[in-house]
Amino acid sequence: MKAFKDTGHLFRVAAVFLAGFIAFLVLRSLLVPHSFGRYGHYRADAIGEIAALPISYAGHQTCETCHSEVVDVKNKGVHKGVACESCHGPQAKHADDPGSVVPDKLDTSMLCPRCHQTNVAKPKSFPQVDAAEHSGGAACNTCHQPHTPAIGAGGSQ
Amino acid sequence: MQVPVEGFMYPNEIELQWSVLIVLYPFLTGLVAGAFILASLERVFRVEAVKPTYRLALLTALAFLLVAPLPLQLHLGHPERSYEMYLTPHRSSAMAMFGFVYLWYLLAVLVLEIWLDYRRDIVVLSQTTTGWRRLIYRVLTLGSTNISPRALHIDERAGWLITVIGIPSAFLLHGYVGFIFGSVKANPWWSSPLMPVVFLFSAMVSGIAVVMLLYMLVSSLRKEPIDMGCVDTVAKYLFYTFVIDFSLEMLDLIHRIYEADESFRSLDFMVHTRLYFSQVVLQIFIGTLLPITLLGLTQVLKLTPMVRKQIYVLSGCLTLIGIFAMRWNVVIGGQLFSKSFLGYTTYKMGFATREGLLTAIVLTVLPFVFLWVLVKLLPPWPERDSGALPDATPAH
Amino acid sequence: MNITRRRMLVLLPAAAVAWKYVLAGTPEASPNYQMTEHWWAMLIDITKCIGCGSCVRACQLENHVPDGYFRTWVERYHIEDWEMEYPKVDSPDGGKNGFPVAKETGGKNFFVPKMCNQCADSPCTQVCPVGATFVTPDGVVLVDQKYCLGCRYCVQACPYGCRFINPKTETANKCTLCYHRITKGLTTACCEVCPTGARQLANLKDPKDPIHEFLQTHSVQVLKPYLATRSKCFYYGLDGAVR
Repeated sequence: MKAFKDTGHLFRVAAVFLAGFIAFLVLRSLLVPHSFGRYGHYRADAIGEIAALPISYAGHQTCETCHSEVVDVKNKGVHKGVACESCHGPQAKHADDPGSVVPDKLDTSMLCPRCHQTNVAKPKSFPQVDAAEHSGGAACNTCHQPHTPAIGAGGSQ
Repeated sequence: MQVPVEGFMYPNEIELQWSVLIVLYPFLTGLVAGAFILASLERVFRVEAVKPTYRLALLTALAFLLVAPLPLQLHLGHPERSYEMYLTPHRSSAMAMFGFVYLWYLLAVLVLEIWLDYRRDIVVLSQTTTGWRRLIYRVLTLGSTNISPRALHIDERAGWLITVIGIPSAFLLHGYVGFIFGSVKANPWWSSPLMPVVFLFSAMVSGIAVVMLLYMLVSSLRKEPIDMGCVDTVAKYLFYTFVIDFSLEMLDLIHRIYEADESFRSLDFMVHTRLYFSQVVLQIFIGTLLPITLLGLTQVLKLTPMVRKQIYVLSGCLTLIGIFAMRWNVVIGGQLFSKSFLGYTTYKMGFATREGLLTAIVLTVLPFVFLWVLVKLLPPWPERDSGALPDATPAH
Repeated sequence: MNITRRRMLVLLPAAAVAWKYVLAGTPEASPNYQMTEHWWAMLIDITKCIGCGSCVRACQLENHVPDGYFRTWVERYHIEDWEMEYPKVDSPDGGKNGFPVAKETGGKNFFVPKMCNQCADSPCTQVCPVGATFVTPDGVVLVDQKYCLGCRYCVQACPYGCRFINPKTETANKCTLCYHRITKGLTTACCEVCPTGARQLANLKDPKDPIHEFLQTHSVQVLKPYLATRSKCFYYGLDGAVR
């Protein structure tokens, strides 16, 4: 073994490196999350965690299960395609507990101009007015019923 | 979000993502790569003139390499999760692969080479010192006290082999940082095949400059005469490397101006306004053209050693400023303009915050503290006065 | 969004059942949901967008997006004559409260909603060093909040500017295509509240999906096609000047 004489220190270094590498492998097996790599290079459990996040908007189909009479009115007018929560805001809590959680009353003078205030960037075919000129300061629901906004369309609430 | 924005930026772009710490990081790893390349000049290419800087260059590289991860850790949102990069590295991510390149270079190249070169001194010191110092040296010997001529010859050959592997490893270490930027197709200021090459050459320039300055400083502190042959050679290598680096950067600039793609007008405006001082004044004129001219003068004119030394010190300092400015212009500059090419934002650097100026200053000073400790632990030069080492020169 | 009476008679009982299921502790997904049956995409119709900002508000409320950061936003463009290289663009607070009355007259003016493009060849996924951001088998790009380091490489890599770092969690955040909703048979919050139907969710694995059919029969565009991200956020009526 003449070739290996005087190389003892190199073997010691190699042993240190090897020990380090083994320690790395052990740590790796302990610390990498179990679901990692199931579908790809990520922790598969994250998909489930994200899918389980709480919901704030109930969705118009849920509103319609109870408020079908409003839907009937809405379907007669141009707001037929506008979802309930588009104006009424997130109502999942209300759908969850309709008795106790009551939606806020809306202020039409703030709400309606957000869509209908004149703006040159809006499509020309979209109904838009200058709110101040159009109503002289009166709230929009003085004349318009929001669920079916055409004047004289009738329907209550 | 009170940052002044000019024109239009996507709303999420207004706040800069990568701060001055990410400017500092490539600067530090650049010094590592450059210092190592200088050391390898002597070891592999047998440039005898630079031998006096050999050990100092290695220790400098180690000091900077040990500090280099700190700006990254401080920048992360969750530094406690950074081990994930080693456990589940995403092979398509340059940043993940870099973790292994760093580890390889630190352990398999730098630490191993330093250990092999110093082994004789370590063994002697483990026998001649006392107290806790003795314990440190004994641990460093790894239990082997064999410093027979044959063992030392084996060390020398092994060290040579490691240096040969180390040169491409050093290129990889810093080229990778350039690749991390150069491969981002979303950012036209960064996206370029030239980026890794420019980063590498500017790293070599800064590394050579810092070792040259440190050698001159340490020699004057030790009241040792500066080996002019050594310093002249180092400065010559600095000059030539700088010329190559400058040519590459000019190539990038000229190519951009000529092709004038969709990003050009926006970037051009940025360079003329927000980036003018750091790019044109600091990086190009003060940080590149001036030191190149000064160093060029030493190559063509016959100047006295005193004048040459002054020029070297001045050029070295200007070079470091210029290379830092280059990192700043890449990292910060790449985030000042909108990816819509319609607007600009501002970088608000904090002072005593986690990613502020004070932190950057501390992290810049820290490697010199580490270097001081390393020089005390593993003296690059034989202690002629104390007589602690029986034979003055290293085995090779 | 046209709900005919007939469709309602079918949907209402299904919706009631689904909602009861949702209420039972917001489970991971509806039991019938199969990832392999879905490949999600979005269609944005520029000709219908009125810049009301409802989508931006709804997204913020549904996903608890911090102020000053945006998972979706609306931009307003003004293009003078033929000069496509220099549009004037603004997005006050992401368009969250609509847009002030425009001063410009003449030229082309329109709104462009922006969001995560849910790229099939996502550059943000490519650069993540640890696998914290990924594309699900059903085509949604998500971020694992427990694994993300906050290195910000993904934010740099996104060409569309749709990612940000949430200051509270110090992790990367972006539009999740309301994954917690679409896996339960609901639509995304932004599509739900869009009053004109400018935003529509699509399942590209369903040949009968009306949006899927639209994509196959109309001229549609994506943002920055030359970057080859295989974006799945399709635009109808997108002007060439849009960045």
